[in-house]
Order: sequence, then C-alpha cells, then structure tokens
Amino acid sequence: MAQFGFENDIHSILKLDMPITNAPMARWQRKASSSTTAAGNGLSPGKSVNVSLSSSKTPSKTPGKGKKQTPSKMGGDRFIPIRNSKQMDVATFLLTKENEPDNPTTTSAKAMSVTLNGYDLEDAKILHLGGKPLNAPEYQNNLKVLYSQGTTPASTKKTRYISSTPDKILDAPQLRNDFLNLLDWSSRNMLAVALHNSVYLWDATQGDVILLMKLEREEDYICSVSWTKEGSYLAIGTSDCKVQLWDVENQKRLRSMASHTARVASLSWNDYILSGSRSGHVHHHDVRMAQHHIFSLTAHSQEVCGLKWSPDGRYLASGGNDNLVCVWPRVSDGSMGNESQAVRSWSEHQGAVKALAWCPWQPNILASGGGTSDRHIRIWNVNSGSCISSIDSQSQVSSLVFAPNYKELVSAHGYAHNNVVVWKYPSLTKVAELSRVLSVVLSPDNSTMATVAGDETIQIWKSF
Amino acid sequence: VVKMTSTLKGITLKGSAELVAEFFSFGINSILYQRGIYPPETFGRVTHYDMSLQLTTDPKLKNYLTDVVSQLKEWLFECTVQRLVLVITCLETNDVLERWQFDIECDKSAKESSAPREKSIKTIQDEIRSVIRQITATVTFLPLLETPCAFDLLVYTDKDLVVPEKWEESGPQIITQSEEVRLRSFTTSIHKVNSMVAYKRSDSM
Repeated sequence: MAQFGFENDIHSILKLDMPITNAPMARWQRKASSSTTAAGNGLSPGKSVNVSLSSSKTPSKTPGKGKKQTPSKMGGDRFIPIRNSKQMDVATFLLTKENEPDNPTTTSAKAMSVTLNGYDLEDAKILHLGGKPLNAPEYQNNLKVLYSQGTTPASTKKTRYISSTPDKILDAPQLRNDFLNLLDWSSRNMLAVALHNSVYLWDATQGDVILLMKLEREEDYICSVSWTKEGSYLAIGTSDCKVQLWDVENQKRLRSMASHTARVASLSWNDYILSGSRSGHVHHHDVRMAQHHIFSLTAHSQEVCGLKWSPDGRYLASGGNDNLVCVWPRVSDGSMGNESQAVRSWSEHQGAVKALAWCPWQPNILASGGGTSDRHIRIWNVNSGSCISSIDSQSQVSSLVFAPNYKELVSAHGYAHNNVVVWKYPSLTKVAELSRVLSVVLSPDNSTMATVAGDETIQIWKSF
Repeated sequence: VVKMTSTLKGITLKGSAELVAEFFSFGINSILYQRGIYPPETFGRVTHYDMSLQLTTDPKLKNYLTDVVSQLKEWLFECTVQRLVLVITCLETNDVLERWQFDIECDKSAKESSAPREKSIKTIQDEIRSVIRQITATVTFLPLLETPCAFDLLVYTDKDLVVPEKWEESGPQIITQSEEVRLRSFTTSIHKVNSMVAYKRSDSM
C-alpha cells in the first residue's frame, strides 16, 4: 500500500486547488495575525491609550474613524489603488483608441475643417454661380468723403458765403483818420458816427440820417461816441476835454461834464459812464450826481485809446498809447478811496492799444490789438492773467469785435492793409478778409457790422 | 374678411421660401449699396418693408442676382440650403475683406405637413426690417473699403445635393484675422436666418 501512499502524495501535490498544508504561512496571514495581536496586546501604547480615551470620554464623536483607518493601516506600506474610482474602462478605451491608426486623423481633420472653414465641410457643399466674382468696372467708392471726418461739423459753417462787397456804403465826410472811437451802434439800431465836430445818427431800420449835434467852435472835434445799454442816451467825448450826455429821442443835451485835462478819446458805459483822456487818466463819471467825477484810474502814462467794460460789468479793460493793457475791477458806488489797483496789467503789446473786445460767450476772455508797431491780436484770460493766443495780423489793429453768431472775432485794420478780417475763435484761422477799414462795430442783432474807413465812408456788411 | 385675415396670419413653406429669398434680394442690394461695391447712381430707390431701399439698376448685376435668388428660393423650398455668404474681396489682391454670413436653419418637418404656421407676414417683415436696418447701420463701424472691390455669393447646401448647371463648388473664403459682429436674426417659423458680418481686422490690413 506504500505505493498507494506515494501516489496519494503525488496527487495532493499536483492538485493545486487544495490548501498546501505544510507550506509556510502566507505573508498576508502573518501580517494579519501580527497586527491583531499587537492591537489586542497593547504593544503600541499610544494607540491603545487613544482608543481607550475615545471610548471612555467621547464615544459618539468619531465612531467611524477607527473603522475606516484600520483597513488602510493594515496594508500601510503599499499603495493599493481603488480601481472603481479610477474609471479604468474609460482609461482603457481612451488608451486603446489612441493606438488606433485611423481615428485621430479624421477627428482632428474635422476639428480643423470646422475652425478653418467655420463649417464642417462633411455636412455641406459650398456652391457659387460659376464665373469670376462680380464687380463694378473701374469703380472706386468715394465713401471716404462720407465716412471719414477730416473737418468738424462746426467748422463747415465757416464756408458760408461772406460777401466781399459791402451791403451799403454811406458817405462820411470829414471823418478824422485817427485813433479815436467815432462809431457806435445802439441796441435801438441807431448808428452814431462822429464827423469832425458833428455827430450824425443813422437809423439802420428806417435809413434816415439825423444830425444830432454840432460843436460850436469849428476847431474842436468829436473824439468818441458811446451809447448807453438801453440806447436812449449817447455820450460824446470832445477835444475840449468834455464829456457830453445827449438824450437822443429829444435831441437834447442833458449835461456837459468837465474833468479831464485833455481830449476824451474813449468812453464806455457801465450804469454810469467812464471816460479816458489823452492825459492817461480814466475818470468815472456818475451821471446821476452833480459831482459826477467820482473816481480816477491812473496807470497809463499816455492817452487812453480804448475802454471796454466786460459784458457782466465786473471788469474794465483799458488800452493806452503807452502799449499797456490794464484790467480794473468794478468800483462800488460808495467807495471813493484809492484802493483801485489794476487787476491785470499787460505790457506785451509793442504799440498803442485801441482795439479791445470782451468775449460775450466766454467770460473773462479779452481780446486786444496793438498799433502799427505791434500788429498783434492777443487773447487774454483775465482770471489767470495768461495770454491764451496771439497772432500777427500784419496791420495796425484799430478795432476788435466778437461776433457771437458764428463765434468769430472781427478785427479792423489800418496801415498797411486797411482791411477787416474775420477770424474763427479760438483757433484764429482767417475766415474772410474784407477791405479798407478803420473801425468796426456790430449791429444789435449781431448780423451786420459797420465799418468806417479812412476814405470817408461807412460801410455796412451783412457778414453773420 | 375673416378668411382673409386667417390666410394672412399663417405661413406655408412656399411662402416662407419666398419671403426669405426676397429678404436676401433686398439684403444683398443693401450691402452692395451701403458698402459702395457698386456706384450709388446705379441704384434706384424703392419702398419695401415700410422703408426706403436701394435696388440695383445695373443690368448685369440684376441678372446675376435674379439667377442666384431664384435658385436660392428653390433650395429654400427644398430645405437643402444651410447658409448664404456674401464675400467682398479686394479686386487687386483677391484678399477677402468682408464676409456677410447668413445661416439658414430649415425646419424640414414643414416639408411633410403642409399646414400653415401661425406667424403673420407683418411680424416677419418687421423682423426682416430690423435686420436690414442693422445692415445699414454697420457702415458706421465697418472699415472703409479703400480699394476697388468685387463680391461673390456662396451658398452652403446639403452634401447630397445635385449641383445645378452653371453652379460650381467653391472654397469657403474665410478671412484671416477677422472681427465678427453678430446681427439680428429673424424667423418665419420655418426658416430661421442668423446674420453676421466678419471683417478684416484693421491693424492687419
């Protein structure tokens, strides 16, 4: 039976589905037994203490923690991936797909075609009617003219037609060709002009001419005329150092004020009147008072040729034969003191300053023009005291006026060109050039200007 | 009267194809006029969609557009057209400068059921009008076409379509480095048209 015993042994060895009885313990069995004994015997003291603590004091706090930890701790020295969460199927599929030779070219080509053509060409045919693309022969659109903006819309206005010939010419015999202020246009549409020793009024609405007054002595002459704001009174400055006040409606002289020691070449109203004389003094006259001379401004050393109140009545600008431009503050009625100091005093001009104009739409902007030796038009900011711009007009500047309709500045020139120039403000680009002029004033509706020229004419221009 | 309004309110596949084809006719004319591809004096003013529109009077162009639009109408009726593209190219260099793309979604189920859809022609025309208004408005941002230009019309159709006589296959004529602006869309409830214009980025010109 021994051979049977041997046979059985062979059998049992060859049969692999039976447990091997005499083999050494499997590694996992050894490991499991050692860890259970370790836990049970309390060989690792820290762990057992932890367990006992947690069980005695906070039993409900972490019940799952211990259970969870133990299995991973059991095989602690090895990484055993959890296959389920790794989506092995997908990974395998993707891996094998990558190896397939056919797939990548078609998918990437498809994507490429979509991005390139914006369309999947597999799904569509692109057709067009045979032949070349159509075009209009020898045609280039001129939309550039329409849609590109070289000039601002506002500046297109400057291309308006400005007649180069005056609308009307009036004779002005014996007009003094001097740096005087012989022309003024009232708000009631009356144009006053001083011709030698008489003042004529031209009613611009009716066209009538009235002789308002004539100085008694033939050797005297009128140096300046100025309307009140309402247009009912006219102030006249004379060579015999007087300022006369006239009621135009009744053609009656209201008063004659003497205070100056030289001819009165400039006048400007601001409630009461102001006059500047050859002596270089500017006098405030309160026409309502018997003692009309209430104040003197002394800064100019020579004749005051230009005087202009700002439209808001806050500042007075004065220009003198001494090339100075001064800006004065308003003097309140009661104060007679000597506090009046010029706010600004500019000496940039190289010639006598007769031409002065305040900008009606931009407060604190003053334009001034210099005489033959200067020829410059300067724009000032009274607030900052700076010269905003200046331009060489090539001629003596005899008069300046702002035309608000098109925001332009008009300058009248004497020697050398004797012309009128319309400038765009503030760019000071020339809009138009009209001829032969000494002084310029604007009509009350701002549409027309009147100029007097050395050729003894008054010209009426409908420029705005 | 009741019958009249009821017919006016519905839209059939045939009517839809006609409306969309008509839109393309006016739309293409508008683009050619607004973009200055053809001289403005070769256009005449007509009133349609309650607005003033420009239609070409150039005989060659007129014939071409009639050919394309009538063929397009057929394809719209068959629901085999997917897109119409107006390509503007530089005559000298053949560079694509502008690409007006009209994606057409056809509801193929309309081929089976002939029942008219509930959408009034007036509503559809209102939608079309705002698309054409937008086309007109685009000239304000599109770069100026400063060279003589030509144009071509591309029609994307279904793959299995038999190419008709005189028609031939073409490339898509895509602009490299383009800016795209989506315009409004409109729908007849059978055909939906999404509009878009792509133009060459000005810094790359």
